[in-house]
Amino acid sequence: MTAPMRLPSQPGEVIDRTVPLMFGWNGRAASGYAGDTITSALAASGERVFSRSFKYHRPRGILTAAFDDPGCTVQVGDEPNVRAAHRRLAAGMDVRAENAWPSLKYDVKAANQLVGRFLGAGFYYKTFISPQRLWPAYESVLRRFSAGGSMSVDARRGDYDKRYVHVDVLVAGGGPAGMAAALAAADAGASVLLVEQEYDLGGHLRYGGAAELATLRELRDRVAAADAIEVLTDSVAIGRYEDNWIAVMQRTAAGVAERLVKARARSLVVAPGLIERPYVFAGNDLPGVMLSTGVRRLINLYAVKPGLRAAAFIANEAGDAAVEDLRRAGVQIAHVADARRGTGLVHATGRGGLRSVRFSDRTVEADLLVTAVGWTAPTALASMAGDRPEFDPGAARFFPTVAELPGGIYCTGGLAGDGSLDELVGHATAVGRAAATRSRVGVAPLPHDPHPALFHGPTDGFVDLCEDVTSKDLATAVAEGYDGAELAKRYTTSTMGPTQGKLEVVNTIAMIAELTGRGIAETGTTTWRPPYAPVTLGALAGRTFEPVRYSPMQPWHSAHGAKPLVAGAWIRPDHYGDPAAEVRAVRSGVGIIDVTPIGKLDLQGPDVAKLLNLLYVNKWSKLGIGRVRYGAMCADDGVVFDDGVTGRLAEDHYLMSTTSSGAAAVWEWVENWLQTEHPEWAVHVTPVTTSYASINVAGPKSRELIARVTDVDLSPDDFGYMHVRTGRVAGVEDSVLWRIGFTGELSYELHVPGAFGLHVWETLLREGADLGVRAFGVEAQRILRLEKGHLIVGQDTDGLTRGFSAGLDWAIKLDKDDFVGKPELVWQGERSDHPRLVGLATVDPQLVPPEASQIVAGGEIVGRVTSSRMSPTLRRSVCLAQLADRLARPGTTVNVRLPDGRTIQARVTDGLAAVDPDGKRMRV
Amino acid sequence: MMLLPCPWCGPRNVTEFAYRGENIARPDPNTADKATWRDYLYYRSNRAGWEREGWFHRAGCRQFFSIERNRTTNETRGVGTPDGAGDAAHSGDSR
Repeated sequence: MTAPMRLPSQPGEVIDRTVPLMFGWNGRAASGYAGDTITSALAASGERVFSRSFKYHRPRGILTAAFDDPGCTVQVGDEPNVRAAHRRLAAGMDVRAENAWPSLKYDVKAANQLVGRFLGAGFYYKTFISPQRLWPAYESVLRRFSAGGSMSVDARRGDYDKRYVHVDVLVAGGGPAGMAAALAAADAGASVLLVEQEYDLGGHLRYGGAAELATLRELRDRVAAADAIEVLTDSVAIGRYEDNWIAVMQRTAAGVAERLVKARARSLVVAPGLIERPYVFAGNDLPGVMLSTGVRRLINLYAVKPGLRAAAFIANEAGDAAVEDLRRAGVQIAHVADARRGTGLVHATGRGGLRSVRFSDRTVEADLLVTAVGWTAPTALASMAGDRPEFDPGAARFFPTVAELPGGIYCTGGLAGDGSLDELVGHATAVGRAAATRSRVGVAPLPHDPHPALFHGPTDGFVDLCEDVTSKDLATAVAEGYDGAELAKRYTTSTMGPTQGKLEVVNTIAMIAELTGRGIAETGTTTWRPPYAPVTLGALAGRTFEPVRYSPMQPWHSAHGAKPLVAGAWIRPDHYGDPAAEVRAVRSGVGIIDVTPIGKLDLQGPDVAKLLNLLYVNKWSKLGIGRVRYGAMCADDGVVFDDGVTGRLAEDHYLMSTTSSGAAAVWEWVENWLQTEHPEWAVHVTPVTTSYASINVAGPKSRELIARVTDVDLSPDDFGYMHVRTGRVAGVEDSVLWRIGFTGELSYELHVPGAFGLHVWETLLREGADLGVRAFGVEAQRILRLEKGHLIVGQDTDGLTRGFSAGLDWAIKLDKDDFVGKPELVWQGERSDHPRLVGLATVDPQLVPPEASQIVAGGEIVGRVTSSRMSPTLRRSVCLAQLADRLARPGTTVNVRLPDGRTIQARVTDGLAAVDPDGKRMRV
Repeated sequence: MMLLPCPWCGPRNVTEFAYRGENIARPDPNTADKATWRDYLYYRSNRAGWEREGWFHRAGCRQFFSIERNRTTNETRGVGTPDGAGDAAHSGDSR
């Protein structure tokens, strides 16, 4: 591939001519140099069309030759929507045009422009709104016509990283003002993060003349020498949040695909420079119509000739400089129309590219039209800090109202005002120094230079080149009543494309202002919201860091076929293959279950009993040393919050257990009441959930098994039901043994120092081999407790279940002076019309109504099944249910509606327990 | 993300804290009538402007404290102890 448009070496060029790179463009071989962007390499070889537009599939070329170039979005390999005017060329890239079918040159869908009047303002709203049932059909067709590249679900660009930074000053924008502000802040002793969206610092100096390049070198050298300044290039500050929490998208970062930097800065210096604004006229989207800054970038940075014969429409010095660059590059200048002298631009024509330009006084043939009509101030970061920019008609651009900005926000450079390079650097230096100390000292405002107000010519053209919104569309929107900036924006989608208003917002507002007869200042601007620049979803998501918790016995579980159950952060064995067999083993012999996730709080101090009396609904003052007691907690609204057993190990020492899922919440709950209501109580709370490994040994043979591994006296007279002992288990000192009965069987719950958990577990299995001991999982435990009628908080209760609806009547002691939830429980008890927790036996014993099945009566929902299983012990289904009080009498038959629509019958049982209702088995 | 000045740890990201809501005294459970008790449970002033609130430094020192926060600007002042008393030693603008 030849490079007919490549210029000889330019003083500021960023390409390395010693490193040629080969790549693919729509399947053909192409070449460029290291340092080229995809667009500059292709432009050097004479390419002028890079994409087809969003709606009308019109050919589009280079406009800005930078990241926000609306016509230069391409597919690179399996990565869609790559900004070709920004992305640096790499060897072997497979670059393809987006939105073009079958090819860039002959796009079938370009026929859309012939029916453009059907795609005008509010097109989607008007055309597809009815009948609604056809929307899916419309959508499937529209999708094929919509913008964007193609994605591969297997695409993997690498990890997306996150980083947290704390700095004194963050400078957004690495042009001359940004560099000067960073240097001044660093000189004043501040740590500085300097963020620049291009690959190199310098802003517009990079494509300037000799004087600009000299200043650039000097500033760059000083920044490089300043230890206190960290520079992030190819990075952009995409959002400013409260207290200067600033999101920075680092597009190029070593070792990762992209990195989202979350910076907390004491001060934020906003120095993004100015963005050149396009001009609206018929033909303004033809390939060959470029902004003066785009022309200057192509010539000076990439040594690319933007065209062969140029016309220019200019109103400022940037335009003069671009014309000068073109002359130097050997481009024939057909005509320079100076808008400052009143010349107008009427329209441009051509097919597939610019051919001719009509000015108010003549028509010229040209393949390049340079416009330089003014600037847009990217006030985004200042706006996100609460600023409402004001329009200065004399300068024809918006300015942040610096006085209104909260502490720690500063603006400098072109955003803040005008002046010579020295004056801007001087202002930025004062700003940088002030930012270092969060003062306003020494910062004098910059003047606003006059600039002609030029937004559009006498013909209709494209206002938003991303979204294909024309000035005619805006007129339609205003005529139909969408005459505010925010309304017209949403109705036409102007400013809603990938450039997010950077190029088109001021033209949009200016036209609405003109159409409505209001001024621009009165019309106001649309709101800048994060992100300032497009962000990949990968960068926002980052890497997945999801911690999980395993008990010390996990190696045994995974070696023995445990089916994992995700329970909050914990991964627990649900079962080891046959939960029913596990249940039978516990009922007939002995089983062991890993209950390490049970929450455990070590409570010490003289006032623990007072604390327990306050938090639980039952009484604790008389709990003797060596005893454990079941307790239920309610919140102050009377709703059941957690339950568990607590044992008294010594005079002032208790061990509290909580539900597995409630462990963190109960710890916080205990601290809350101690710190806020009773700071005078002397209680130390230590969470010991993972300090202990916990094993429940359950079944009629559990005593026999435990006796083989401990010297603790297990005789029922000495160590009875609901007692606690401490001692040695399997050689491990300081183990706690609770005799409790969640499964309804004789059982001992062992809490052993965590590091010995696996050892104790394996010892129990070895020592109990001849007793038939087997491990059981959470599923078997759920069946066992359901057979026994023991509730699970959160399963058999919900966020509205108060104490008396949870079957806790026996535990709630309303004669206590105070406990959390007492008044509500008093009132609940008085009304006595609340739902009850009941046991249900289905009339057909083989039917197991799924949990959450509704119980219905007379067309109303009167309850629901909260737990249900087939009982391996009774060989019939067993259920717990929440049921309306009037139907809760034992023996009542109720109708249960199954999810498949069938209704089955069930009878309310006498008590909750289906197995061993008298509780003899656990008390032996 | 706003910074919240913990009286023990200094300014920290607000995501480290749990919000406890407006500081409301718990009525005497033995004398409060239903209206009083349910005001305590469910009713909040939700004023625009300054309000004394409870916060818990969950991912930090795990201390409960109260602080005044301007709910329209998120300025804070008068950080104090859990019972709501401002502590002059710790008061000040979080910014």
